[in-house]
Amino acid sequence: MTVNQEFASDAAIPPRWWWWLFVAALAVTLMVMPSYVDMALQLDLSIIFILALLALSMSFLWGYAGVLSFGQTAFFGLGGYSYAVLSLNAGVTHWPFVAGILLPMLFALVLGYFMIYGRISDIYLSVITLVVTLILEKTIRSTSGPEYVIGSVRLNGQNGIPGVPSLQLPWDSAAQLSIDGVFYLSAALMLLVYVGLRLLLLAPFGRVLVGIRENERRMELLGYDSRKFKLAAFVLAAGIAALAGVLYAVWGNFVAPEMFNLNQAAQVVIWVIVGGRSTLIGPIVGTGLVQYFGNWLGTQGIGQVTLVLGLVLMLFVLVFREGLLPTIGRFLGLLGRRFRAARPA
Amino acid sequence: MEQIWTGLYLIVFSVAILILISLGLAVIFGMMRVINLAQGEFIMLGAYVCVLASNAGLPLWAAYVAAALLIGLFGVLVERLIIRFLYGRIIDTLLATWGLSLFLVGVVTTLFGPQGRSVSTSFGNIALGGTNISSYNLVLIAIAVAMLAATWALARFTTFGLLVRGTMQDPTVASVLGVNRGLMYMMTFGYGSALAGLAGAVLVPITGAAPTMGVFFVAKAFITVITGGHLPLLGTMGAAGLFGTIDGIVSYVRSSVAGEVSVLIVAIALLRLLPLGITGRLRSGL
Repeated sequence: MTVNQEFASDAAIPPRWWWWLFVAALAVTLMVMPSYVDMALQLDLSIIFILALLALSMSFLWGYAGVLSFGQTAFFGLGGYSYAVLSLNAGVTHWPFVAGILLPMLFALVLGYFMIYGRISDIYLSVITLVVTLILEKTIRSTSGPEYVIGSVRLNGQNGIPGVPSLQLPWDSAAQLSIDGVFYLSAALMLLVYVGLRLLLLAPFGRVLVGIRENERRMELLGYDSRKFKLAAFVLAAGIAALAGVLYAVWGNFVAPEMFNLNQAAQVVIWVIVGGRSTLIGPIVGTGLVQYFGNWLGTQGIGQVTLVLGLVLMLFVLVFREGLLPTIGRFLGLLGRRFRAARPA
Repeated sequence: MEQIWTGLYLIVFSVAILILISLGLAVIFGMMRVINLAQGEFIMLGAYVCVLASNAGLPLWAAYVAAALLIGLFGVLVERLIIRFLYGRIIDTLLATWGLSLFLVGVVTTLFGPQGRSVSTSFGNIALGGTNISSYNLVLIAIAVAMLAATWALARFTTFGLLVRGTMQDPTVASVLGVNRGLMYMMTFGYGSALAGLAGAVLVPITGAAPTMGVFFVAKAFITVITGGHLPLLGTMGAAGLFGTIDGIVSYVRSSVAGEVSVLIVAIALLRLLPLGITGRLRSGL
């Protein structure tokens, strides 16, 4: 493996005081928000938070571990389907919520073992994860017959599974999560995962991951088993994507094969690449922007949304490789330096 | 006995389809380690060219030629406008061609609508070992074989082929010896695209043409190329032979989705043993 020159950014820097302030301000804003905005906006924001989790899982894996998995939507879909099938069967939601995260992680462990321990090259890994997503979607779509039943739940093929229960309190199944509740839950989890990943990247585990991204052979010579670390990152990212999938099922009370869709997978990549993969906050902003832009395009009725998304993807790969936030950040940094240089000492 | 014939025919047919859809991808991958994620859309464009040409009154064979030529030219254009800037940045190439694939699906849907189109052909059925099979399927198998043979002959007997093989083996040495590497890449990309366009055109009488048809082929094509490794001809033949057999048998016994799933599982297990594909250990060849 050669030195990866694609990433100009270094490892995660320890957060300064203003980062903690920013996180706290964000938390407070999200806390008071439901009292001020209407339900429709709350629903829209909730789904953006949930999808931002999906984007976070990819940007962690790609930006920091250097592994580009197109299969994050596979774990997203598997999470949603696991939760739907288990909670409909069991009638409760607390352990299916956990199982909906653990089952896709198990799947990722098996898949990742074959890919990472086989030491297939990065591009192979990307394509294999893409193919896994494609074939999972096809498999789910082909289960429309009445013979495809898990427990008492029909998989329903193309039509998806309706009536997925909302989250209940473990001790009181009558207390269901309201729209406010879903908003708080998804906002809190997104913030938690963001802060958690940010801190994880400062811990020895994260440092080793970034080291492997920069120069895998050197890390191996230093005595780290890079395969173990990569696999751990892969499984962790799958867990985050699965969490997003479970939340998606809770949010919409519905799962469908579209969760695995290739367009969906492409959108995740677009969120991350537009926001900037070398930061964790970038993909969150990217998710919000692209989702908003996509919805707006849909209402304008100017042709195909996929057409525009494809153009955006090509443009960002060819021209704005770093993504929006890092580009803006560098521009501001440059401006600041100019400004300081122009001032007489 | 009859069942053996039918089974054998099904296997040969699914191997031929795999060769048809993945040879162009394999040629491009073998030459420049670039996976063209828009391969499925190149096939789709080929299918549309074929439909439009034959609706305009051209005979079917002329429509095939038109599809191969036009998509080949389109490939050259794509190489000049996009791929050329991304050599050495494999992941970025993957992303850019993915963007291209979304873009092309969007464009074709806007132009021709989401519904499928087809052409009428005058191929009948013939009896083979007691079962009736469409004689067009035999034409399709013949074209797959011809594509392999033509690619082999091009690489083996022409000066262009010699230069391509040299660039494939060692791009640096080749360019030191005066080979125009950029030109070689451009031509190879064009040739691979032409093969994809031809494949799309040839598939029209069976599948029709629709904007999203690419997705139906790409999964198998990617698996075949990755498992085949860096030698396009040997790799494609080996992987297509293996996966076509599995796919043919499982599809016959269960369903086509089950066939695809089993191909995927075998491919992933195989990559654990041969991470560089079937031809990964071979230094040179085709």
